[in-house]
Amino acid sequence: MVEAPPSVSLSGALVKRRGKTILGPLDLTLAASGFTIVLGPNGAGKTTLLKVLHGVDRLSEGAVTWSVPDAQARESQAYVFQSPIMLRRSVRQNLAYPLQLLGEDKASIAAKVADWAQRIGLEDALDRPAPRLSGGERQKLALGRALIRNPQVLFLDEPCANLDGRSTREIEALLKAAQQAGTRIIMTTHDLGQARRLATDLVFLLRGALHEQGRAPAFFTAPRTAEAKAFLEGDIVE
Amino acid sequence: MNEIWAGIQAAFRLIFSLDADLVEITLRSLQVSLTALVVASVIALPFGTWLAIRRFRYRRATIATLNALMGLPPVVVGLIVYLLLSRSGPFGVMGLLFTPTAMIIAQVIIITPLIASITHQAMRELWAEYHDLLISLNTTKRQRIATLIWDGRRTLLTAALAGFGRAIGEVGAIMIVGGNIDHATRVLTTAIALETGKGDFALALGLGFVLIALALLVNFAIHALSRTEREGTW
Repeated sequence: MVEAPPSVSLSGALVKRRGKTILGPLDLTLAASGFTIVLGPNGAGKTTLLKVLHGVDRLSEGAVTWSVPDAQARESQAYVFQSPIMLRRSVRQNLAYPLQLLGEDKASIAAKVADWAQRIGLEDALDRPAPRLSGGERQKLALGRALIRNPQVLFLDEPCANLDGRSTREIEALLKAAQQAGTRIIMTTHDLGQARRLATDLVFLLRGALHEQGRAPAFFTAPRTAEAKAFLEGDIVE
Repeated sequence: MNEIWAGIQAAFRLIFSLDADLVEITLRSLQVSLTALVVASVIALPFGTWLAIRRFRYRRATIATLNALMGLPPVVVGLIVYLLLSRSGPFGVMGLLFTPTAMIIAQVIIITPLIASITHQAMRELWAEYHDLLISLNTTKRQRIATLIWDGRRTLLTAALAGFGRAIGEVGAIMIVGGNIDHATRVLTTAIALETGKGDFALALGLGFVLIALALLVNFAIHALSRTEREGTW
């Protein structure tokens, strides 16, 4: 069981790249628990928001404030990228890597690797080179590598993009299990079905701006903005 | 053509008779070049990797300088090392001139920029691939460098072998700082230069073939040991 996750606030957050505004300015607070889905069409700023919260991208203006000191917040987070980044090592070594960084002993690492390999269904592929796995396997490995450290907060950037139904179902099962174990999950997607299945609350972004934020059932049944309503109805929203 | 054929015959004769002088200078060539390679790699691999991941004010100038240093003229390096190690030089008291150590120092200076530059190129690509993951995992700079070196080790092997190739074939600098002294600092390249000067082209060519064979042997051995072409590796 992980410790209670921290909450996070963005104030006046603005991200500009080459003079173009990618995100913001926005003010946003995310509670310490739940499964937040960041929804929006392509180019809405979903990935940038996630990277800014995680500290991979920097803000041009504004601030990200965690309810715990920054260093502590960073240590308790994990991130799964849309295109999983595989170390040029075996599946076993990829799973072991985050634990080695923490200086865990070999026996503990071996036990956790075996456990997580089984959970993600790669127990028979432990000695295969990770870059040669299929897309679904790579994403499951990336998720296992993120969860093996028991993060308090897990960021996922469209983890099921380009995956088939079976892989998507397996990944969603892993995410639900992680959430039940106490991990705070913040995930981007533009798959409405997945958002309905997983979200406890939603953030809807459009053109880098926050259009709506709230509990998932309320968002899906009675969206407050015309853009969110159009998006839910399947209209093209840009 | 006759001289090339005579050279091949001389090479076989020298090798199969296990000529004592040949064995001695071959082993000295290996000792000097491999030691220089190890020392240069210890400096160049982490430095090239650090350069790939670190952003600082004069980074571009540093990279440009490093690339320029790849073309360091060995004779000039030899001259500078000679002046530094000569009796009147700042390190003259150490008595290193005309010793294998002086030759190693010269070779380290020549091959370090080459290995560092190739390392930088290779690690820059790997860093672009790993950047987000390693930042996300909150790794320290030391951990990033170690990860990149380990995962890029096969590419770095190429960098090291390029350095070895330059070192084993080098003659200008080691001739100046080593002096080509028989049974002390004579290596294959300086021996070839000497025999050519004496007009013994067959022996010079024979030594040349031995040198080429040695370079190939070391390359094959390192590739075999590191299993670069093994099925299932990257």
